[in-house]
Amino acid sequence: MDLVIMFVLALLTVVSGSPTVTIRPEAQPNATQQMLKKAVIFGQQTVAVGTEAPGDVMATGELNPSHYPAQRAAKVVQHYLNTRYGSPYRVFGLHKVHSGHAEDVAESGRKYLLKISVQEFLRETVKNCTAEVFFPKGEKQASPEVRASCDELLQIDSKAQDEALYQRYKMNQSLVSAEYLPDSHGNMDPDMKPFWHLGIVAASFVMLSESNEKTLYNTAQVAQVTQLETENDQLKFNYDILLHDMVSQEIMHWKVLFTWSPSEGVKVLQKEQLPRCHCGRLPNKN
Amino acid sequence: MWLYITYIDSKVTRYLRDVSINAANITQVYFQTATMLISVGLSLMLLLSDVEAATERAEYDYYKYHPMPEITSWMAQLAEDHPVVTLINYGQTYEKRPINLLKIGLDSEQRKKAVWMDCGIHAREWIAPAFCQYFINQILQTYKTDPTVNQMMKNLDFYVTPVLNVDGYVYSWKDNTTRLWRKNRSPGPPGCSCYGTDLNRNFDANWGTIGVSTNCCSITYGGTKALSEPEAQAVTNFLAKQKDDFLCFLTIHSYGQLLLVPYGHPNFTAPNYDELMKVGLAAADEIRKAHGMNYRVGSSPDILYPNSGSSRDWARLVGIPFTYTFELRDNGTFEFELPEAQIQPTCEEAYRGAMHIITYVHEKTFNGAVATAAAALWTLLLAAGATVTPSLM
Repeated sequence: MDLVIMFVLALLTVVSGSPTVTIRPEAQPNATQQMLKKAVIFGQQTVAVGTEAPGDVMATGELNPSHYPAQRAAKVVQHYLNTRYGSPYRVFGLHKVHSGHAEDVAESGRKYLLKISVQEFLRETVKNCTAEVFFPKGEKQASPEVRASCDELLQIDSKAQDEALYQRYKMNQSLVSAEYLPDSHGNMDPDMKPFWHLGIVAASFVMLSESNEKTLYNTAQVAQVTQLETENDQLKFNYDILLHDMVSQEIMHWKVLFTWSPSEGVKVLQKEQLPRCHCGRLPNKN
Repeated sequence: MWLYITYIDSKVTRYLRDVSINAANITQVYFQTATMLISVGLSLMLLLSDVEAATERAEYDYYKYHPMPEITSWMAQLAEDHPVVTLINYGQTYEKRPINLLKIGLDSEQRKKAVWMDCGIHAREWIAPAFCQYFINQILQTYKTDPTVNQMMKNLDFYVTPVLNVDGYVYSWKDNTTRLWRKNRSPGPPGCSCYGTDLNRNFDANWGTIGVSTNCCSITYGGTKALSEPEAQAVTNFLAKQKDDFLCFLTIHSYGQLLLVPYGHPNFTAPNYDELMKVGLAAADEIRKAHGMNYRVGSSPDILYPNSGSSRDWARLVGIPFTYTFELRDNGTFEFELPEAQIQPTCEEAYRGAMHIITYVHEKTFNGAVATAAAALWTLLLAAGATVTPSLM
């Protein structure tokens, strides 16, 4: 018996000490065997929304904060906050989705209740928010409705900087004009940064109105900034903005005419989507 | 170099001290001085160019975006400088540019297991090729001194493609209006006036079923059929021959801060989904430790959107067990034009994430089996001891 034990011990030592033993990973089942039905999550059937799937069923009840339905709704809250509180020196980004809940509202649409946090770009301060997003059903062009309450967003004080910028550009000595903020390498002139921020705020009006449960918008780039003559003490701008929709991956080109002042904030006068590509023309090899 | 400058300096000083100028020899002195100055100048120039060349070789800036020609010559240089690096051409783009990868690993007599990484399948995602270049540099800088990386280099070969969609990448560098190009540059089907197929919708994995467009002008146009595109064919042809050797397939994209596991189609779940999630979540923890950035982990239909025909799905379907899509920074602020100042932190965190996955796979393949066998034997031994002892009593 002792010999057996000793033999096994010796064998163990040999086995543990050998670094070159390789065992192939489990042979993978073939393709057909891998086609399993998707696990049911949270007791609700979740079927992802796709352009080819008729009769989509969106997630209801408690939402996984990491999954796209809560994430898309939260992004809409970001756009809303920027339209209300955004300025050249105060811009918000979605930081995290903490929890989410969705429910159908009769036949009129779906309501999302969210707990999220947002981060201010310049100071990197994080603030918590509770928000409600309602996506109306039916009418294709109807914008979502948002209600949000956050911890002291206005306490992030940008008044002095906004005022300084306003005074500097109010007198029309030299009207601002710029292109491609940021540039291809992600860089921009520090003097132009506030105009990039202003562009994000103006874009937020468009992104808010264009959002639905199948979109996720961000500002890809400010293609052009043209300052126009100050009107009624408001700085006036014409912006060419490129928006990116994460879901379709498309880049959308919008022209936005708006005014801004520290007291009035951004007021959009006109917004217009430009056609996407030169798809009508013959291919040209550049 | 300083020794040489001191030498030149002493020669010049001596010359100036010894030379005596008078009316007779002024022309001679002039020519002598001129010759001396020219030869000093020339040798300094040669010396500086040598230093510059050596510096360039040693100091490729991994924290700047590089145009295609620079990446190509960097790859060639690495293959020349490092015996562990081999440049492999495995295909050609539509516009006839070479598709190259670097194979990195220590020579072995046995057939080796492998890890695949590709970057830049979508042209505008510039941070991805930057990461592949960083990754290659990191393993080359650490494999001699870091025992884990060294062991990996012995057991594995790394196949890294810094830019897969070369035509698209080149096009995105053309001017400000092309920066946001995504697809490749093959012409559309007859009658279509738009260019490009989305390479990440062109692989033979539930091709053309969901999350893809049949409109050739669309940015997610999946092509005329699966593998209609030479770039997708190149990957498939190369890997198909040795798919059983591959343990890990990582495809790098931006933006979104996500680690995506197969499959893109909502009705299908990978058999090792649980393990992929476990390892992915741990990798995301590693990423967070670098600079506090949150990366979400999940299948594409869960956390992003459903899609089909992706390279990751194809890799998983042919049996490569650990396949992930990395979506690097950021979360929508700068999007595709991630500032160069963020290249370093992004690469550092992504490296930690990638290495966590690769280390796990390596351990599981090369050490895990041994540990399991040892544990089994111990259990047997203890059981045998327990049953035998009473009978001996």
